[in-house]
Amino acid sequence: MQQVLFLCAGLSIVTMAGIVFVLLNESVYSVLGDQAFFQEIPLWKFLTGTRWHWDSGEFGVWPLLTSTLQVALIGGLVSVPLGLCSAIYLSEYATPRTRRVIKPTLELLAGVPTVVYGYFALMFVTPYVLRPLFGLVGLEVGTFNGLAAGIVVGIMITPLVASLSEDAIRSVPQSLREAAYALGSTRFDVSVRVVVPAAFSGIVAACLLAISRAIGETMAVVIAGGQNTPGGGLAINPLREVFTMTSYIVNVSSSDVEAGSMEYKSLYAVGLTLFVITLLMNIVSQWVMRRFREAYQ
Amino acid sequence: MSSSLYSNSQTRGRWFEYVCLLATWSALFFLAVLLTVILWQGRGNLSMSFLSNFDDRLSPEKAGMLAGLWGSFWLMILTFLISVPVGIGAAIYLEEYSTDSWIARIIQVNLSNLAGVPSIVYGILGLTVFVRMFGIFAKGAIIERMTGNQVEGLFFAFGLNVPLPLGTTVISGALTLSLLVLPVIIVATQEAVRAVPGSIRHAALALGATKWQTIVTLVLPAAMPGIMTGVILSLSRAIGETAPLIMVGASTFLRATPADIEYPHELVTKPRATINAPFDEYTAMPIMVYSWAKQAQREYQGIASAGIIVLVTVLLTMNGLAIYIRNRSQQHLRW
Amino acid sequence: MFPTMTAEKPISLKPQVPLREPSAATDDVQRAIKLETRHLDFYYGNNQALHDISLQIPERSVTAFIGPSGCGKSTFLRTLNRMNDIIEGTRHTGDVLLEGTDIFDPRVDVVALRKRVGMVFQKSTPFPKSIFDNIAYGPRVAGLKDLSRLTEIVESSLKRAALWDEVKDRMRDSAMALSGGQQQRLCIARALATEPDVLLMDEPASALDPASTTRVEDLIFDLKSNYTIVIVTHNMQQAARVSDRTAFFYQGHLVEVGPTQELFTRPKEKQTEDYITGRFG
Ligand SMILES: Nc1ncnc2c1ncn2[C@@H]1O[C@H](COP(=O)(O)OP(=O)(O)OP(=O)(O)O)[C@@H](O)[C@H]1O
Ligand SMILES: [Mg+2]
Repeated sequence: MQQVLFLCAGLSIVTMAGIVFVLLNESVYSVLGDQAFFQEIPLWKFLTGTRWHWDSGEFGVWPLLTSTLQVALIGGLVSVPLGLCSAIYLSEYATPRTRRVIKPTLELLAGVPTVVYGYFALMFVTPYVLRPLFGLVGLEVGTFNGLAAGIVVGIMITPLVASLSEDAIRSVPQSLREAAYALGSTRFDVSVRVVVPAAFSGIVAACLLAISRAIGETMAVVIAGGQNTPGGGLAINPLREVFTMTSYIVNVSSSDVEAGSMEYKSLYAVGLTLFVITLLMNIVSQWVMRRFREAYQ
Repeated sequence: MSSSLYSNSQTRGRWFEYVCLLATWSALFFLAVLLTVILWQGRGNLSMSFLSNFDDRLSPEKAGMLAGLWGSFWLMILTFLISVPVGIGAAIYLEEYSTDSWIARIIQVNLSNLAGVPSIVYGILGLTVFVRMFGIFAKGAIIERMTGNQVEGLFFAFGLNVPLPLGTTVISGALTLSLLVLPVIIVATQEAVRAVPGSIRHAALALGATKWQTIVTLVLPAAMPGIMTGVILSLSRAIGETAPLIMVGASTFLRATPADIEYPHELVTKPRATINAPFDEYTAMPIMVYSWAKQAQREYQGIASAGIIVLVTVLLTMNGLAIYIRNRSQQHLRW
Repeated sequence: MFPTMTAEKPISLKPQVPLREPSAATDDVQRAIKLETRHLDFYYGNNQALHDISLQIPERSVTAFIGPSGCGKSTFLRTLNRMNDIIEGTRHTGDVLLEGTDIFDPRVDVVALRKRVGMVFQKSTPFPKSIFDNIAYGPRVAGLKDLSRLTEIVESSLKRAALWDEVKDRMRDSAMALSGGQQQRLCIARALATEPDVLLMDEPASALDPASTTRVEDLIFDLKSNYTIVIVTHNMQQAARVSDRTAFFYQGHLVEVGPTQELFTRPKEKQTEDYITGRFG
């Protein structure tokens, strides 16, 4: 029986190994002897190229990367203040009863399927919020744009930032708060000058994790962000189309590309890039979190 | 320096509290707007026929979600059947058998890394391993070269027919979703198992129970509410997953349910169809929403919203169920 | 299979005064040795918790272990039914004999051993199941399925643990709903249901109020006519009240063991005297 249980647990290792193998097999070195992606497109060209044009064989990752970073950055700008303030409110101000109501509702926000967020961004945020707003200053907002996608992604990860930051804030010892109150601090001083700095690394870890989630987010950007960057170049303007790594992967897999073609293999190269970025962010986040926990034990 | 006890040192704090309150409520406000807009848009399209019709690209008013409902149903059943036993087994191993061995530590770290892998990467994994099976069954590929003929599937008793490679079938989707939810289920189960006090285990061992008996008769039943809460929550997450399903080939337009089972009673009256349904083509609720959202005609907005309402209703029901189980067990059990 | 179980509760001969005289009369009878340890050393990792313990425990009597906190009473008690096997990194040297059989012999089935040497813990440990299922747990894991047999066992065990009258109408209720004292007696009943010869109790009354403590003490007194009982206690009056023999432990050593009355009135060792008179650092 113990062996069976061990196999169950070992499956997670197999899964991780499987992901790594699958990504490497098509992009770096093919076990079955086909040409892998980076054997045809040199890695440095992939990593430094600023144009993504598969018709002309240009596979520079920066258009995709800037799109992804743009969405993640906007998502972070939305979710970090919102999530952090919610966390402070929930842990320092809210009565237990309010918390019991608000917390599950916030979690609901995280439970709404991402395809719904994408649809909402496309049908509501862009035409009814962004267009009128930027219309005032005479700027044109595209049907598909990075800003709307970034905003909904930000809202989507706010509960994650909030709940992880709240955990971090809660693990700041009560004695520290009491000491500060005893010195005549106001609640504001205690929250902003004592609790948040003490929980800082935990909060950083929370934000890193949330942003890595934003980077891997797919459907919202597929629907609201667009399917190409302006002219296939870098994505700079958040009011124009973006083409994130995740959108690209969906795009390729839902068009009828043939296995073995360059487009097909590029899917794995982009997947590998995405995987490496999110994995690194996760590892850093966990490392910071562990350091943080050790500090308070 | 004698300052008045009535001085107004709290004003700034008030402002800060309001800012925090505002932030909290703005997220909830967003949720309210989202739901209102969707309900408003979808209101005209919700009807019984929306649940019992197939998709329609020519006349939007006839479009319905039947194929997606059944597809999601099959996905959930299979994902549940695959991920729950494996997840519980893994958690039991980690909590009860491998206390602090190096392998357990590696698995544990690996679990939290897996939980952070974007769902679309699981889609790539599913596409390669389950849908295409590395292309080894393709025409002229390794299997054909070795066996001399092209293998297209395995045939078993009762007319069960397993295609090889698995292709864009329900089972490919379910296997992919299972891998996706497994880390979450394992961690939730571990927490539930850990919450069962050690004294209970020792008491059972002292009564002459074996370790396995202790786990089966005491630890698992006591942890079951926690496990089920975690399972339902992660399945409700899985039911809304779209990206990996697109990757593993859920159809964006399909006018059929898996194995043509369209009514619940047919699960019993057509056993042959029931066992073959996992190996049929499918679509799923979020996929249908996605494909409607992409349609240019205005009419499809209402359809997409109606689809979202159905999807979110299913999701909220599952979440409510999880909360109900959690609350009920909290009343029962206090160690 | 369970011959003693259907027997009526033996008539208790105890006087009704709270601090009763130890039953010196019964101690004169030469009793067979039920449990015996020889030169037992015990280690948690590199930490030696027991040093060269040699002790004999006569059958159908109550033996009390006393000593300051951390002196190894629980550790010693747990070696007697090999509960220490569960803790990783522990080892021992020396022998533990149950009726002359070495319980650490590789041929000994530890599950069978624990059925014969039952254990009751300091904190009551009801399972989150019904009262009935709690008591029936031991017989069930031993493979007994017959419901009428189980019902019989449950009833007789509860009677022996003096809990029957309080719970007989709510056998299907959760055991978690019982009071602390009732829970502890439930755990004793549950241990009795597996038909042990020996009952090990680690501070069974320390979490109970005085009334419940008295009930548990009465129970121990009643049970000793059929069982060999070993009890760890911090309460010296309790040791004096319920036990026939008392062993004093100090820093992992067995300092002194003898008839309870003698040990409390004429201790041979200075350390024992200091401890029982409360002159202990
Ligand atoms: N699981 C364990 N791992 C390591 N050391 C332990 C463990 N349990 C007990 N010890 C050590 O063994 C020694 C004896 O502990 P034990 O619990 O047997 O004492 P005790 O006499 O029962 O004390 P108390 O009266 O407080 O219950 C102590 O020094 C304790 O720290
Ligand atoms: Mg002890």
